Amino acid sequence: MGSNKILMKGNIALCEGAIAAGCDAYFGYPITPQNEVPAYMSGKMVQLDRVFVQAESEISAINMVFGAAVCGKRAMTSSSSPGISLKQEGISYLCACELPCLIVNVQRGGPGLGNIAGSQADYFQATKGGGHGDYRMIVLAPYSVREMYEFANISFQLSEKYRNPVMILTDGIIGQMMEPVSIEDNKREPITRSSTDGWCLGGCLGREPRSIKSLFMTEGVLEKHNYHLKNKYDLIKKNEVRYEEYLTEDAAIVVIAYGISARIAKSAVRKLREDGIKAGFIRPITLWPFPYDKISEVSSCVKKILVAEMNLGQMVEDVRLAVNGKCPVEFIGHPGGGLFTDTEIKEKLASMF
Amino acid sequence: MQMKKVKIDSDRCKGCQLCINVCPKGCLKLSNTVNAAGFQYAIYENESKCTSCGFCFLVCPDVAIEVSRKAKPRVEE
Amino acid sequence: MKKIYFKTESLKNTIFSYCPGCGHGIIHRLVAESIDELNIRETTIGIAPVGCAVFAYDYWNFDVTEAPHGRPPAVATGIKRCCPDKIVFTYQGDGDLAAIGTAEIVHAANRGENITVFFINNANYGMTGGQMAPTTVLGQKTTTTPFGRNSSRDGYPLKICELLSSLEGVCYLERVSVTSPKNVLAAKRAIKKAFQNQILKKGFSLVEILSQCPTDWGKTPMDSIKWIDEVLSKTFPLGVYKECAKK
Repeated sequence: MGSNKILMKGNIALCEGAIAAGCDAYFGYPITPQNEVPAYMSGKMVQLDRVFVQAESEISAINMVFGAAVCGKRAMTSSSSPGISLKQEGISYLCACELPCLIVNVQRGGPGLGNIAGSQADYFQATKGGGHGDYRMIVLAPYSVREMYEFANISFQLSEKYRNPVMILTDGIIGQMMEPVSIEDNKREPITRSSTDGWCLGGCLGREPRSIKSLFMTEGVLEKHNYHLKNKYDLIKKNEVRYEEYLTEDAAIVVIAYGISARIAKSAVRKLREDGIKAGFIRPITLWPFPYDKISEVSSCVKKILVAEMNLGQMVEDVRLAVNGKCPVEFIGHPGGGLFTDTEIKEKLASMF
Repeated sequence: MQMKKVKIDSDRCKGCQLCINVCPKGCLKLSNTVNAAGFQYAIYENESKCTSCGFCFLVCPDVAIEVSRKAKPRVEE
Repeated sequence: MKKIYFKTESLKNTIFSYCPGCGHGIIHRLVAESIDELNIRETTIGIAPVGCAVFAYDYWNFDVTEAPHGRPPAVATGIKRCCPDKIVFTYQGDGDLAAIGTAEIVHAANRGENITVFFINNANYGMTGGQMAPTTVLGQKTTTTPFGRNSSRDGYPLKICELLSSLEGVCYLERVSVTSPKNVLAAKRAIKKAFQNQILKKGFSLVEILSQCPTDWGKTPMDSIKWIDEVLSKTFPLGVYKECAKK
């Protein structure tokens, strides 16, 4: 097979991946550092006779996604941290109504208006339910331009399989950086679609009328609905945990990181190995469901764990839950859009031996 | 079998009296008893005066009324 | 004997949960009758609001989705853009459309979305117990304007038809009421026309319906319709606010 590689920005790879995966509709609103996405989609989607709308707000954009999902279409929106805050209401309704869709957060520094540098400060918001109510959203964290392309397809499939929104949690660095990507790779997961005919709205021709709703006022009915959702979330936790591990088998210390931090941490581990130091690496790919079991297992065989995140310490709480005291867990972080160097992580790891 | 010009579903009626007030011929009044939901309901009387004008149906907020007419086409809409 | 006025197919048998004398039931019926007369029941998707009418899907016999408070025009945009052959309408109250969802309605109208909007103006928040709405008239007492709406403290009643009439994307705007047989028939004509406009791809249509809320107004149903005729419709005059011949 020829390596038909194209030099591409992360945000553009995401668009191409979504289009290849059959995205029917894109709804968005401008915010840096994801502006390439609506700009690119406004051209491509229209050329392909698919739906593109620049909404009047992130709130409207997520509700347009809701509308498209109601009629069983593959729909997506993208934004960056402050805009994702505005989408939380819609995400809660999408989860309650069990509507599939893709939401992309190209994270920037926060809180507030923050800055436009890449950041990982929205981990809690993405994985712990940024909106109201007892719900979960599948969260995928790509760490390369290639994964930006691939995860669009995976996200649509997971969202339809479980009738639940999926978020790609990425950041301004991966969104903006350019890498060569092969978009005709036959090793890629095939593009499939789950049928939405059994539940979507489209007029009641030939069947009983349907409704899509999240209001359950009769006593006990909402509790029942919540348990129905829980059963689904349990199934997702059982089936869909994804992670990458690297040189953990004989490692004395393991660094755990996701997204762009994982890219840098992996490079630090590689350099330590060159120096003969037994470091290893785990990268959660699904931030929810989180790879608790894998980290728990590894924590019984290593001396220490380091968590590297571009925030003040968010995923580290999940790592500590997984480790449950079996080994010390240390943290290295950069809030406010600060970025690691691999030397920094390498030195931190070396100091832990 | 005798069919009345106005039929009122006393279970749907909530006794708002809009129909009683709008009837130009005074064919409707409020019951002395209550329905299952606890509402007094509209009852139909004086059928001989009724012209099947449909005003009662038009203003009823609970679609509790049906109106029939002797073999004439519907006047409006 | 021939039945001339009866419950239409697009209404289920479920008894409305609305208070005695409430205007929602009349408007639900008019929407359902219009849909059946236009033979579009099987291609229609309705959008129920947050508010008393959230249960509309229990009463209408066609596909209905819920939407977050104020967002029905955005949800309708998503549906209609993806399924242009379906008939899509929103049913929204004054808190939903004219307060929390002002951005959504203005921009859906301005984009000229080919959808139909029914705006139920009862001058207060019904479901939450009668608070001031954007459409509460000056001097009107509500649970949050106990001394009456005061323009210096609470601003002025928001006139949606007048506001939207300046937008180029809008095809049809009419304000009606359901206080008498004559007004009910006029409301029906407007509702039906708003659907017909969508079928003919004429673009955005909105019918504002002044509707009675006897319970939260603290009035009898009879006094409520009298208040609409004598007070509410003075602030919100009935009539056609825009009608384009486009397409």
